Amino acid sequence: MNKIVSILDSMEYGPAPEDDANVRAWLARHKGSFGHFIGGVFTRPGKGASLTAVNPANGEALAEVAEGGEKDVDAAVEAATKAFKSWSALSGTARARHLYALARQVQKHARFLAVLETLDNGKPIRETRDIDVPLVARHFYHHAGWAELRDQEFPGYAPVGVCGQIIPWNFPLLMLAWKVAPALAAGCTVVLKSAEHTPLSALAFAEICREAGLPAGVFNLVNGGGATGAALAAHDGLAKLAFTGSTEIGRVLRRQSAGTGKKLSLELGGKSPFIVFDNADIDAAIEGVVDAIWFNQGEVCCAGSRAIVQEGVAEKFHARLKARMETLRVGPPLDKSTDIGAVVAPVQIEQIRARVEAGVREGAALHQPSWAGETFARATEGGCFFPPSLFTGVSPASPLAQEEIFGPVLVSMTFRTPGEAIALANNSRYGLAASIWSQNLDTAFDAARRVKAGVVWINSTNMFDASVGFGGYKESGFGREGGREGMFEYLVAAWQKNARALPESPPLAAPVPVDDEAGPGSAPAGLDRTVKLYIGGKQARPDSGYSYPVLDGRGRLITEAGHGNRKDIRNAVEAARKAEGWTAMTGHARAQVLYFLAENLELRAGEFAERVARMTGISAKKAAAEVDTSVARLIHNAARADKYDGRVRAPQPRMLALALPEPYEVIGISCPDEAPLLAFVSLVAPAIAMGNRVVVTPSQHHPLAACDLYQVLDTSDVPGGVVNIVTGARDQLASVMAKHDDIAACWYVGSAEGSAMVEAESAGNLKATWVNNGKARDWFDASQGQGEEFLFHATRIKSIWTPFGV
Amino acid sequence: MNVDPQKTMTDAVGAGAARDLVQVAQPHSRNQGVAFDAAWFDATDINLSAVERRTATLTTRRTVKKEWQVAWLIKAIEVIDLTTLAGDDTPGRVARLCAKARNPLRADLADALGLAGRRLTTGAVCVYPTMVAGAVRALDGSGIPVASVATGFPAGLTPMAERLAEIRYAVGQGAAEIDIVITRAHVLTGNWAALHDEIALMREACGDAHMKAILATGDLKTLTNVYRASMVAMQAGADFIKTSTGMEGVNATLPVSLVMARAIRDYLERTGHKVGFKPAGGIRTAKDALAWLILMREELGREWMEPELFRFGASGLLADIERQIEHFVTGRYSANDRHGVA
Repeated sequence: MNKIVSILDSMEYGPAPEDDANVRAWLARHKGSFGHFIGGVFTRPGKGASLTAVNPANGEALAEVAEGGEKDVDAAVEAATKAFKSWSALSGTARARHLYALARQVQKHARFLAVLETLDNGKPIRETRDIDVPLVARHFYHHAGWAELRDQEFPGYAPVGVCGQIIPWNFPLLMLAWKVAPALAAGCTVVLKSAEHTPLSALAFAEICREAGLPAGVFNLVNGGGATGAALAAHDGLAKLAFTGSTEIGRVLRRQSAGTGKKLSLELGGKSPFIVFDNADIDAAIEGVVDAIWFNQGEVCCAGSRAIVQEGVAEKFHARLKARMETLRVGPPLDKSTDIGAVVAPVQIEQIRARVEAGVREGAALHQPSWAGETFARATEGGCFFPPSLFTGVSPASPLAQEEIFGPVLVSMTFRTPGEAIALANNSRYGLAASIWSQNLDTAFDAARRVKAGVVWINSTNMFDASVGFGGYKESGFGREGGREGMFEYLVAAWQKNARALPESPPLAAPVPVDDEAGPGSAPAGLDRTVKLYIGGKQARPDSGYSYPVLDGRGRLITEAGHGNRKDIRNAVEAARKAEGWTAMTGHARAQVLYFLAENLELRAGEFAERVARMTGISAKKAAAEVDTSVARLIHNAARADKYDGRVRAPQPRMLALALPEPYEVIGISCPDEAPLLAFVSLVAPAIAMGNRVVVTPSQHHPLAACDLYQVLDTSDVPGGVVNIVTGARDQLASVMAKHDDIAACWYVGSAEGSAMVEAESAGNLKATWVNNGKARDWFDASQGQGEEFLFHATRIKSIWTPFGV
Repeated sequence: MNVDPQKTMTDAVGAGAARDLVQVAQPHSRNQGVAFDAAWFDATDINLSAVERRTATLTTRRTVKKEWQVAWLIKAIEVIDLTTLAGDDTPGRVARLCAKARNPLRADLADALGLAGRRLTTGAVCVYPTMVAGAVRALDGSGIPVASVATGFPAGLTPMAERLAEIRYAVGQGAAEIDIVITRAHVLTGNWAALHDEIALMREACGDAHMKAILATGDLKTLTNVYRASMVAMQAGADFIKTSTGMEGVNATLPVSLVMARAIRDYLERTGHKVGFKPAGGIRTAKDALAWLILMREELGREWMEPELFRFGASGLLADIERQIEHFVTGRYSANDRHGVA
């Protein structure tokens, strides 16, 4: 039969391959061999170790790429360090011009980059062409703006320094942009380690940097795998480490970088819920699933991989979903009619296969399209292809529902009530993203607020924009990429660059009676005071039954304080967990409490001043100033309580994206010995102003100022459980808090060793940490003791995408 | 890969489509309609942004090139209701249109494509009622049906008796298909039962002629209205649902078409009846035609790419398709004066 006549019968789409000749020519020009990009030049790909860049669609070797070792990393960090001086000294406008030039060059080479990325990664050309590359250009344009505005928008902040950045293979060029653009905008220089499976687009970007005239050493690229990444992460020439990848590696990096003073941001794994309410537009949700889990072969950290569907519509939803799966096309990534391309590498597809097979063994119902049988297997032989897959009737306890599969595999379960939907959604160690489908505003917003995730898409999914922060809650990591919030990851308060070291805090005396040579006569007159812990709004004896001596400025016994232990911390965290009402209150209501607290503290100012003076041995005048400043700090944070309230962006027509600062809810705080009342207030006030409940260890040597606050807290309507105070050995208690999986963030002000310990121990649940690395802060200086830095650390941004239209 | 990935992959994904082909050959049975039931659409609430996302990516997710594109354009010709609905229509003008419907593609081009001897006509010719008789004469022996608009087209605000009489007149003149317009007020005021009754009466008046219900979606404004009106029209027995008269401010759009296609799918699920779809107005380019064909294939399947279940209401579309086909054949960009006008 004539070809056209036969097509008229079948009405098939036919092949529509994107031409890759230009990319092939580029690879040939480089003789299929690449070095690193260091100090503005490509190193010669020598005889050392190398990686092979492979096209996962057919196993074809595309290029040999040098694998970086310690020497290469050293050279790259040195180049970046050298370039930092002049780059960070450039005006904002000058840096903006460079970022703008990068954006333009990316656009000029848009199709080249798209084809190259598709060849190297296996993702369909539709996605690289329409999503990845346009978002890359957008990221550089947006951050050209931040470069221009840095000094006006972030007064008092300086670029953090040389940044080590490690990117994954799932969105190679886009993740490069997410890392490089904000760093350059802030005035930092970069050493980037590309992913071992997908090194090519970063190399092309390096060329583009040269073409665009970016000064040498501002962007450096080292190719390599895990060992190269480890060498970079361990390099002590870095001020900042940014990583996107698995939670497992994120945890290693957290431990490894602990105590080095490196700022760290981690964008890790996820098992993001995709909640479909019975009042959803079901067809909209079905296409949402396609964009959620069958986008980029499901190799998406924020993929909506857990469908949570209301029982009443579950049957219809699954039936339609199965019908929709029939029309998905898995095929050659360069074909313009391909929906799902190749998984990045054989090792990855083996992992997907293993998890799917385990799910089947476990008894979950697997559905794949009717075409995904033998013919499909034969047709895709030699390439890394996996059909779209759906598991229904999956129980929340199943590994299918708990573990990230990172492939085109959706697991589905049902719920009965909105509350149950949220419970199921939050029943995960991860908290990267959530998709919520409902035509009802109340239903959708209620879920958006209650779900624990850094990005929430209402009636949409996998939306990205440079102006909207992206990042996780819980074990999905911390730090944001994009928007104003993302810029903070590459900035540091300028004063911190020259902060002096904090004096050592000597260990506590043994929790036994004091051998006080001055004799009993030295104790204050009056009835003996028993200082207890303060947990859940009640004074509690320490679980240990031990007390430790609290000495005055001259080493004389004042009284004893409870020697708190891990069980006291456990109890305090439980009390803090229960005090949810505080987080649900309005900022206005919390402000009222903070004002009242200030008022009541001021009423007893004299008494507190006397106490501070006696404990620390400072002058009465200075002690009075500490109390006055503490009152002022409460007032300041009361003022902030209803004003640090987020931003609204319009990243698309008829779309608002809310950047909502949400509290961590339970924060563990370790206070320094310095300014025992003021430091306590400076730390606790912003935390609770933002709606957190806190577990605090006050100054270990001078705990009484905090303990005296119990009554003030009681009389100021601070609900029980909002502020929990456990006295005792700071670092011991900090360790318990850092290891506590129900604490979402830890703040630590103390020694360098203690800071290192807190950061290392926090790796367990990857809680956010804020430590002083043994550096002192002048609590009396308002520019150091209060302000956005505190509120920023007291909250995490939840981005809520809200499309609308009729 | 040890096999040609392009080829085998197409075979693999094509497997799903093969089943549809069997059904294409089956005769299309008419929609008998069902009793009015608001429960079929009351709870429906269409999300505009999601519909737009889907339609915006339909043509970026699918494309046809080379021979496939040409074949699809030939298919587009076969589903055109070649239309003239103007105040200055004359018997002569209609006769010209009919001649074009018989011979929509220059013979040398058809030859070059290997289509010589294969019947190639438009799906129908669509005219005003008073032009039907002339059209029927002009198309005699061609097998091309004549469609007539009726019921006070385009606004539909003439008295009911006259609207029904107009249908009977057109059918009497030989129209095989009647494109009726609905009372938009019934939709805008939520008077669904009245809409159902109206369309059911029109369906009855059509007799054996197939009825296409024009919803005038540009007047209905919201996609939820479009879905509900679609469902009511099908419950009332419409054989086709059609987007527009061509006279509204906004005519056929992909978002509206997607919603109507999904209503057709839902009606099929409930009743087993296959209802056709006709986008009309504003479809002028070959590229537009391909976009709609992709939409039909993706959302309703292969069967909805044949004139029995899919039509374009268009006048200028054919000219652009002819030019594109000539470009494929000659490799040269064509001009309008190289193709016969209607």
